[in-house]
Amino acid sequence: MDSKKTMPVLIFAVVLVALQVATSLSGRDYYLTQLTMSLYTCLLISGLCLVMGYAGQLSLGHAGFFAIGGYTSATLTTLNLTSALEGGNGLVVLLAKLGLLVSGTSLFGEELLYVQPWLAFVLAIVITTVVAFLVGIPVLKLKGHYLAMATLGFGIIIYRVVLAVEIFGEADGISDVPGFTLLPGLTINGEMDNRVINYYIAAGVLFLGVLLLQNLIYSRVGRALRAIHGAEDAANAMGINTSRYKLYTFVISAIFAAVAGVMMTHYNGGIAPADAGVMKSVRYVAIVAIGGMASLWGALSMGAVLTFLSLRGMFGSYDDAVFGVILITIMLFAPHGILQLPFWRKFKKSAKDE
Amino acid sequence: MPLELFSQYLFAGITYGIIYAIVAIGFNIIYNTTGIINFAQGEFVMLGGMISISLNSLMPLPLAIVCAVFITMLFGGLLEIVFIRWLESPSVLRMIIITIGLSIVIREVALHIWGDGVRALPYFTGNVVSSVQILGASISPQVLWALAVCSIMVLMLSLFFKFTSLGREMQACASNRLAATLCGINARNMVTFSFMLSAAIGAVAGCVVSPITSTQYDMGTGLAIKGFTVAVLGGLGNSMAAVAAGLLLGIIEAFSVGVGFPLVFQDAIAISILLVILFVRPHGLFGNKEAAGLKEF
Repeated sequence: MDSKKTMPVLIFAVVLVALQVATSLSGRDYYLTQLTMSLYTCLLISGLCLVMGYAGQLSLGHAGFFAIGGYTSATLTTLNLTSALEGGNGLVVLLAKLGLLVSGTSLFGEELLYVQPWLAFVLAIVITTVVAFLVGIPVLKLKGHYLAMATLGFGIIIYRVVLAVEIFGEADGISDVPGFTLLPGLTINGEMDNRVINYYIAAGVLFLGVLLLQNLIYSRVGRALRAIHGAEDAANAMGINTSRYKLYTFVISAIFAAVAGVMMTHYNGGIAPADAGVMKSVRYVAIVAIGGMASLWGALSMGAVLTFLSLRGMFGSYDDAVFGVILITIMLFAPHGILQLPFWRKFKKSAKDE
Repeated sequence: MPLELFSQYLFAGITYGIIYAIVAIGFNIIYNTTGIINFAQGEFVMLGGMISISLNSLMPLPLAIVCAVFITMLFGGLLEIVFIRWLESPSVLRMIIITIGLSIVIREVALHIWGDGVRALPYFTGNVVSSVQILGASISPQVLWALAVCSIMVLMLSLFFKFTSLGREMQACASNRLAATLCGINARNMVTFSFMLSAAIGAVAGCVVSPITSTQYDMGTGLAIKGFTVAVLGGLGNSMAAVAAGLLLGIIEAFSVGVGFPLVFQDAIAISILLVILFVRPHGLFGNKEAAGLKEF
């Protein structure tokens, strides 16, 4: 690995640790909750950045994949199987024998028996992958407006489904989702004294994701993707199977979104239809655009900052409007992202000359 | 299905269908002159309704509607001048994101001005309970108003594009911008006109349906998707085909409710149709395949 690749990754790791240390030292531990949520959002953003920036495809349906992940996991881990086991349901008995069920007690002392979160997690990823393939194969044949509307349509269908189906809690969503024990002692949940550990779980997951993407971007696949973005016909003529590459990146980013959905749902202890809403998808697109489309680090930093500010309630009742204004302003004046403005380039150049 | 029920659903379908057609025509007018889809088209419909409701407390209904349409028209032109006119050959992706951003901001501003309540214009004639008997179905007179106004508007538009010099100049820009510019047509002004025109017809639609479907700040996105479905169904850029496609979608939706399909999934029907059409016949039901081969999908 050359330094051009490793340096940003190292800086990234240092920043993640420094953020935690800074909040602890300044006694603002409560910031960690929003920071953790921002990091999970960043995981989704980094996947979307791959699709938009590197493969040049717009997706207005990523909140849909987030919701598929979150809702699958939430539904499976809140379904009480106690009576089904007593009733001798074949599948439930098999799961119990394989040790894939977890028992616990609800707030009211009621006995609970639910699917092991790891199993739910795997199922969520499998479902997302299948859906992403099914949606991706036809959708990615489209371009421009057609692609935008088709992915938007997909997002709206998911939103309608979670809003209307009883098992998904309709307008209330699903709450009381149990924690997700990754390893003994490492549990994703929203408990106060678990805050620092949870921050590092989120940071670790994001770090792994970014490492994966970073390697992908600098590999043969990454070069192929950039070729597709630059000139699809030329890339095709060079022997790059453009539709396959586009499909794979789409599926990978959908999986990233689903992982973020599963973890965020366990962290918050619930998920609501608003998480599947079109405005969420638009917001993710806005963040990638601000970061400069084909800039993983730009998207990550903007994603963390904006999501954090929004979660802290800095934008008040103008939350959506702020993202709309940012979107317009960036696209009008800096279509390549704010890190590519002449001011910054001059700054970078002078730093190099010295 | 008895005849009364059949005609009841048919009229409901036609009412919604004609509104979708109007939104689709709005898409087409801008698409023809600029090659972009204005994702904020549904917001023009909302603005038309909201402004006329506000003005109606100050002045008589007909005047309020005329003023609302005029204001929305100016607003459409202003949007184009401020956000689009000065961009040098922007990419499609950029234009999509800008118009999506505009639709969000317009919606949020509307939320802060008018709140999230449901509002409606009074019925043009009669009231909620008055009805006309046609083919055994009870139809609100407002439905007839909507049908009449929208039909006249479609007719006027086709006359405008065929017989007025401004309409023909816009047509010329649509078919070949460079050639039109060489003939002395100011192509940039034509783009501004196209935004004004589609804002105006959106606002008219917003006024006539407000008594039936009422107006809410976030009605735009749903309408935009339906309108886009209709525009694609008819073949993007073809306004007359959009009318047929709009009626088709409206009637399918109405009868799907009639046969007991859950109401919450009504949107899903339109979107599924959109997706299927995009994959199978991206040039639309009435589009020409060879001509479509020259366009990018």
